[in-house]
Formats: sequence, C-alpha cells, structure tokens
Amino acid sequence: MTIATDQSKVIEGVKADHWTRIYRRMVMIREFEDQVNELYMRALMPGLAHLYVGEEAVAVGICEALRQTDYITSTHRGHGHCLAKGASPDRMFAELLGKEAGYCRGKGGSMHIADPATGNLGANAIVGGSAGIATGAALSSKRLDTGQVTVCFFGEGALGQGVLYEVMNLAALWKLPVIYVCENNLYNEYTHYSETTAGDMLARGAAFGVHAEGVDGQDVRAVYATAQRLVERARKGEGPAFLVCDTYRYHGHHVGDINREYYRSKQEEQEWKTKRDPIKNFAGWMIQQRVADEMALEEIRKNVRVEMKAAVEFAIAAPYPKPEEADENVYA
Amino acid sequence: MPELPARELTFAQAVREALAEEMRRDKRVCIFGEDVAEAGTPFKVLSGLVEEFGRERVLDTPISEAGFTGMGVGAAMTGLRPVVDIMFGDFLTLTMDQLVNQAAKVHYMSGGTWKVPMVLRTTLGATRRSAAQHSQSLHAWLSHVPGLKVAMPSTPYDAKGLLKTAIRDENPVVFFEDKMMYKLKGPVPEQEYTIPFGVAEVKREGEDITIVATSSMVQVALGAAEMLGKAGISAEVVDPRTTWPLDEKTLVESAKKTSRAIVVDEGYGRYGVSGEIASVIAEGAFYSLDAPVKRMGAMHVPIPFSPPLEDVTVPTEQAVFQAARAMCGKR
Ligand SMILES: Cc1ncc(C[n+]2csc(CCOP(=O)(O)OP(=O)(O)O)c2C)c(N)n1
Repeated sequence: MTIATDQSKVIEGVKADHWTRIYRRMVMIREFEDQVNELYMRALMPGLAHLYVGEEAVAVGICEALRQTDYITSTHRGHGHCLAKGASPDRMFAELLGKEAGYCRGKGGSMHIADPATGNLGANAIVGGSAGIATGAALSSKRLDTGQVTVCFFGEGALGQGVLYEVMNLAALWKLPVIYVCENNLYNEYTHYSETTAGDMLARGAAFGVHAEGVDGQDVRAVYATAQRLVERARKGEGPAFLVCDTYRYHGHHVGDINREYYRSKQEEQEWKTKRDPIKNFAGWMIQQRVADEMALEEIRKNVRVEMKAAVEFAIAAPYPKPEEADENVYA
Repeated sequence: MPELPARELTFAQAVREALAEEMRRDKRVCIFGEDVAEAGTPFKVLSGLVEEFGRERVLDTPISEAGFTGMGVGAAMTGLRPVVDIMFGDFLTLTMDQLVNQAAKVHYMSGGTWKVPMVLRTTLGATRRSAAQHSQSLHAWLSHVPGLKVAMPSTPYDAKGLLKTAIRDENPVVFFEDKMMYKLKGPVPEQEYTIPFGVAEVKREGEDITIVATSSMVQVALGAAEMLGKAGISAEVVDPRTTWPLDEKTLVESAKKTSRAIVVDEGYGRYGVSGEIASVIAEGAFYSLDAPVKRMGAMHVPIPFSPPLEDVTVPTEQAVFQAARAMCGKR
C-alpha cells in the first residue's frame, strides 16, 4: 500500500465509506464533548471533565489503525480515546454522571473509563500513570503470541515522568508491540510545554532505539497513515514506537477553566480553530475529492447530534448505584 | 502445622518450591525483577528457576522498579500471572504509584471488569547490618490500601502455602519475606497444599497472655513464650499470617481467653500494623481484658548501621518476655 499525506491524494485502498466513518467518529467525539460541557453548565455532572475538542484526529486516526482486540490506555483527557476505540456514548455519559449503567458502574467517572470489550485497559488520572500498564500488556501479547498491539496515549506533560523512560527502555530491549502516542497540545495544564520540556522530544525515544517520529495531529489522514505503519511494524515484531502528534485543545484544561488569557491568548486559540480544525479541514478534503458532498456530511452531523442527545437522555434517566455498592468490587 | 509427612526445607527453598510448582502448573506464571535469572537474586532465593523455565519466564529487568512493577500490572490484566521481585522492601517507595494508584484500584475503578492477578514479592527486617535504606519493614503502608492483599509468612511451611495461594489469587498480593529468615529450616510436606488468606494460626497455645506476632517477630514471640513458660506464665502465640485480609475473630478470641495481649510487629510501632491489631483486640475483647493491649514495634528511628545501635531498635525475646511478665503482674 502506498501512503500519501499530500492533500491531493487518497490513501490507496481506503474506500469512501471508510473515510465517512472516520469523519463520523470525529464528529461524534466533538458532539459528545459539547454535550459534556452542557451537562457541566447545567450542573448535571458531578465533578469536572477534561475535554478532547480540537484533538479528535489523533484518537480517531490512531484507533482506525487498530483492531478491536488491540489494547489502549488513556488519560484524564480520555473521552476521545474511548469513543474512538468503540465505546458507546450512552454508557460513557452514564459513567460521567455516576450512574449504575456506566462503564464502571459509576465507580470511575470521567477519568477512568475502562472497557475490556473494546480493549480499553482504562483511562488514568495519574499523568504518565498508564505507561507501565500499556507496556505490560504488550509483554503479555508477545509472550502469549496473540498479535495484539497496545497504544499508550498521553499528553506531553507525561514526558516529565521518569516511569515513561523506564518502560520505553524495557520495550526497546524486549521489542514489545507498544506505541507511545504523545499528544502535544502545547500545555501541561496551565504551563506551556517549552517551560517544562528540554531538548528534542523525539530524541528522547530515539535514545532508547525506539522508532520515533512526529505527525500533524490535526490531519486525520496523516495520523491514520502513520499509525497504520507503526501498528504494522509492531505487529510484525519490529518493536515499539514513539509518535508525537502536534495538536491543540480548544477548551480549558477542564470544563471550569474559563479565563485562560494568563497562559494563552484568544488569538492563538482562534488561529487553531479557524486554520487547523481537524474536522473542517478533513470535510473540505472529502468534498474536494468527491468522497462525500456537503449534504451527506450535514446528514452525518445531524444523525450524530440526535444520537448524542438520546445518549445523554438515557444517562440522565438512568438510576444511580445503590449506596450498598460502595464496597463491592474492591477485590475480585 | 503440617500433618502430612514432611522434610526440612529452608524458608528460601520453600519459596522457590512454591514458585516452581506454580510455574509448572500454570504456564502464565512468570517472574520479573533485578538479577532474578542466573543470579537467582542476591539472596539466592530463585536459584535454578531460570534453568528449568527459561529466560522467557524468568526475566532480568533493568533497575527500574516503577517501570517493571507497572508492567506487572498491565501483564496481569492481559493474561499473564506475574510475580514481581523487589529486591529490598525499602525499594517499595519506588513502586508506590504502580501499587497504590494502579494495581490496587484497577478492579474497583473499572467497576469490576479488569483484574490484576499479580504478586509482588519483597523483603522486610533489620539486624542484617544494612543500615537505613536496606532494613525497613514497610508492610503497614500496603496493608493500609484497599485493593491490595498482604501476606507475611513466618515459617517455611507458611511461606510455601501462602505464596501458592497468592499466585492463584485474582487480586494484587504483596508478599513480605523476612530476609533474616531465608536460612531458617522447618518442616514442609512433600504433598501439595495451600494456605488460605485471612486465617490466623495459633503457633503455641497458652492461657495467661496472647502474643500476636507477624513474620520476623513470630520466632521472637515463640522464644519469649518459652522464657515465660519457665517463669510460670503460659503464653499463646498467634500469627495472623496475612495483615489483609485480617482474621480478626481468631485474634479477638485468643485475647478473650487469656485476657491480655501484646502485639509484636517489626514495622514501626507508631501508626503501624501493631496499632491496628491492638485496636481490633481492644474493640473486640474489651470486656475480657485485664490490661491495656500493648504494641511493640521497631523504634521510631531510621535503622542505624552500628550493631549495638541497630540491635536496640527491634523487639527482642528479652523485651517481649519482660513486657509480658509485667502485664501479668510479675516482675
Ligand atoms: C502525577 C500527576 N501529577 C499531577 C497531576 C495533575 N494534573 C492533571 S492533568 C495535568 C496536566 C497534564 O498535561 P498533559 O499531560 O500535557 O495532558 P493534557 O491535559 O494537556 O491533555 C496535571 C499536572 C496528575 N493528575 N498526576
């Protein structure tokens, strides 16, 4: 298969309905997150949530290259990863609202969605906290010869955690099928990454002999093409990879982070939103390539909106767990 | 104690035999840690395992405690049964996030969908002249965390039976071995057996005072009981064997019977396992007690190097003997 990230070409062998699915998934994540923001504003959601709006192309581009049985680990900003790996919005909303029908029966919430059925080993609220788990899963796949690949998602803030380098070293030594996907959205919470990250990011992976590369995280086709290549390498036993995706979060660090001017300008936000929006740009490309027309895309957006509304209503109506369940599931 | 025909094995041999049997029984069981393969660990506890099971299943790791403990969690979630080796209990500090925030919480946070059947073996115990960073007994820290189980064998027999149970458990288990006990010999049956968690054992029956002791302190308690016997005091020694789950019933019943209790544990006496067990007894046996429950643990200092300094930091037979005698109203 030949891959082109050139705007004028289609990835060979990828059919129109596949591109439409990718579009739909990105729209779904954005719409999901808009609903989460609504729930917060209407004071219907306990706690906070970290929205993935603006970063959709990363999760979707990567997960499109994975099989259902492949594993992912996710982060505090994890809704996009979970949805891209196949989680259903109704049970996700239910979890965010702390309902019994949620993926974790209300015990995990926004930052801990986990789902064995879609290979989701769990979102982690410790920055860099899932690096060990992801690498251990890759060790299992290699030992048990299952052919599975694991993707470990994390923000560039996790580059400050030593455990990441411990396991990268091990993954390289043992040639484990794991891909470390760094979503560089520029900010570790409220601090620009240039204040926290010395030297060259990619060199950090390369120093261990881990295949390292960067990609425009706002271009879903480029992410997908790169992911396909890295996943194939890993599956063939060629070892781990480190992929840095340049991206941007449109909202605050969490839903309550409204006044952001002390750490980033409105102009910067506006530029990313207008010039580098992953969904709009991909839609433009689809139309230009005649993969779909504007009407078809509008139809998708409308359907997703209806689906998300229904999912939210399901979650709002769903019952809370009984207080007696608080001490269940501590031990298997 | 064993009723089956038994041979004498050292504590280290019993641990190794448990691992070898479980690795033969279940191909998913694997070991990783520093110097675990050909070296068989600095204490030689694992000698011979790599020869039988190969480097696929006995994996030498870099000196990355957090990294390979975290990998143990992920491997356990996805089909292996890892036994992670942390050379000295003091190095548990490096694994804390992996144990406390990850291993202990995965099952609960996922609403019971993922499981972490992992064992982490490590050591405790002072008096090896190893100073402050190689002598601590930090089992209280882990016993404090819901989601973990903590086993503390005190004999070769218990070490083997409890380790086999730990490996078969569906939850993360932290398994503490007293490094001073590796050469201790005791009867271990030839036949297969396991010891359930949460079941204390009365190591010696008595009438006048209960000495609850864990791990390294069980031999100390038995020595003190021997001395007490000569002084006309009949001491019962009870070993909880696991600090979580904790067999509260056996502890409370023994204290009710004898009406006095001392708890001896090598962790620090303040905010520790001895305090927790003393409290369980005080709550459960209050109306039968003739004296306040006494805690005995390590002195509240970093463990010193020099022998005359180190020796006074850990409860001794003599100290337990004297404390028990005083509680029984004798001088
Ligand atoms: C170990 C740890 N330290 C600090 C925090 C608090 N915290 C939560 S998110 C965050 C910033 C993370 O930035 P990054 O990894 O780049 O992810 P992003 O939020 O940008 O997606 C911090 C400091 C935490 N959750 N875990």
